[in-house]
Amino acid sequence: MASKQIVSPLPGTFYRKPAPDQPPFKEVGDTVAVGDVVGIVEVMKSFNQVVAEEAGTVTAFLVDDEDAVMPGQPLVELDG
Amino acid sequence: MSFDSILIANRGEIALRINRAAKSLGLKVIQAHSKADADSLPVRLADQAVEIGPAQAAKSYLSIPNIIEAAKASGAGAVHPGYGFLAENAAFAEAVEAAGMVFVGPRPETIATMGDKVKAREAAAAAGVPVVPGSEGRIEGLEAAKAAAAAVGYPLLIKASAGGGGRGIRIVRSDAELVQQLSTAQGEAKAAFGDGGVYLEAFIDRARHVEVQILGDGQDAIHAYERECSLQRRRQKVWEEAPSPSLDEATREELCASAVRLARHVGYRGAGTLEYLYDENRRAFYFIEMNTRIQVEHPVSEMVTGLDLVAAMIEIAQGKPLPVTQDQVRLSGHAIECRINAEDPTRNFMPGPGTISALRVPEGPGLRFDSHLFEGYLVPPFYDSLLGKLIVHGADRTEALARLTDALDGLAVEGVPTTRALHQALAADPEVRAGRFDTNFLERWLEERAGTLGIGAKGD
Repeated sequence: MASKQIVSPLPGTFYRKPAPDQPPFKEVGDTVAVGDVVGIVEVMKSFNQVVAEEAGTVTAFLVDDEDAVMPGQPLVELDG
Repeated sequence: MSFDSILIANRGEIALRINRAAKSLGLKVIQAHSKADADSLPVRLADQAVEIGPAQAAKSYLSIPNIIEAAKASGAGAVHPGYGFLAENAAFAEAVEAAGMVFVGPRPETIATMGDKVKAREAAAAAGVPVVPGSEGRIEGLEAAKAAAAAVGYPLLIKASAGGGGRGIRIVRSDAELVQQLSTAQGEAKAAFGDGGVYLEAFIDRARHVEVQILGDGQDAIHAYERECSLQRRRQKVWEEAPSPSLDEATREELCASAVRLARHVGYRGAGTLEYLYDENRRAFYFIEMNTRIQVEHPVSEMVTGLDLVAAMIEIAQGKPLPVTQDQVRLSGHAIECRINAEDPTRNFMPGPGTISALRVPEGPGLRFDSHLFEGYLVPPFYDSLLGKLIVHGADRTEALARLTDALDGLAVEGVPTTRALHQALAADPEVRAGRFDTNFLERWLEERAGTLGIGAKGD
């Protein structure tokens, strides 16, 4: 099983949840289909969805909720 | 209430603006900053800088404990909140005072009262300031709704009591539509906000946004005339002017006098703005809300009155009376401000942080550029996209527009996308030049031009 990574498309702040009072989009162990939203990157108050371009199972989140991220930085590790 | 040092709890151009005012009064400037802003101009130009947390605003510029701790550790005598962030947070103002420092702004109670839409509306009505006609509080049954509708007249808005930011609003144009929409609106409000309360408000079509700048010292209050801010995109102001091109002299005096009445009624302290909707056809204005802070667009008022509003708010915080009497505030000429944002108008205003590779700022009479940019500055992705404000002043609106056109042509910001081209197109537009616009003008204008001028695009 090769591991794949979903990277941040933009610089900004990474969020795992659609809103502070809602559950995360994905947890470790969840399956991810192509096109699934795995998080949000906020850049200058504009919110951009991070979408999976490959399918798999989440093995790890490589950054924490509300962490600052750079473009190309790996966010999520997938297996499968 | 005297102090000789001030902590600036903000960033970007407004931090520099406060720095300038504070230094003009001989104060020591202490700049609070996030880790991402360590290399910023406000930090470089301060007498002292103190880090208040990581890049994310929630953990730095919005952290009350971090800012209070930094202010105490640095020995600051006062705290200036700027705009945005904690500027209208009553708990923050209270915490500053509880820590033995002066909050440069209104009393915490005033922030709390005027920040609540229903209470602010009640205060306005009590001060004899017209508010948008509507039902007396919440509407319970259909018969009560029909009676209120008959009193106010159609078209009407059904608004959710707990709504905000444009959500939970429906337009109805007749009794039949009211009957049809009321229970749906109540159900939606319940689902969206957990509160099914709705009220009715007159719908003012093609309204203009005018607002009055006021200054109060806790006892007396004066106005510094009005600004017109109808050119908005997604409820964000893009271009502001003073005075409003839509008011006649009598209406202007009446509008500004109403703002002073409300400021006096609440014993307002500091700089504040009362926002109104203006119905040009009826020549009627209606109070909508108050902002209890300095505003982004304050420079246009400074340009037409000669006042230094930021210095005035600091002096008021020091316990001094108002710097001028109402008679001494004279309206002179016309000023326009364009917000230069790091956004790409050809890509639906997508924001673009990055490094400023080149910067050329126009110079000349009646020009002002409030900005924190410098060549080599990295515009961080964590905060709003405002790069600077280009402000022009002329003897009249025609001269101001001519100066604006020249100034926009002379401005060069390279390395990030900017909204300069949008302003160039607006400054050349016949309707804008004639002063004929309302709060929906810019979004219609952008939609009409999608794909033709390369400015703006439909949808997301």
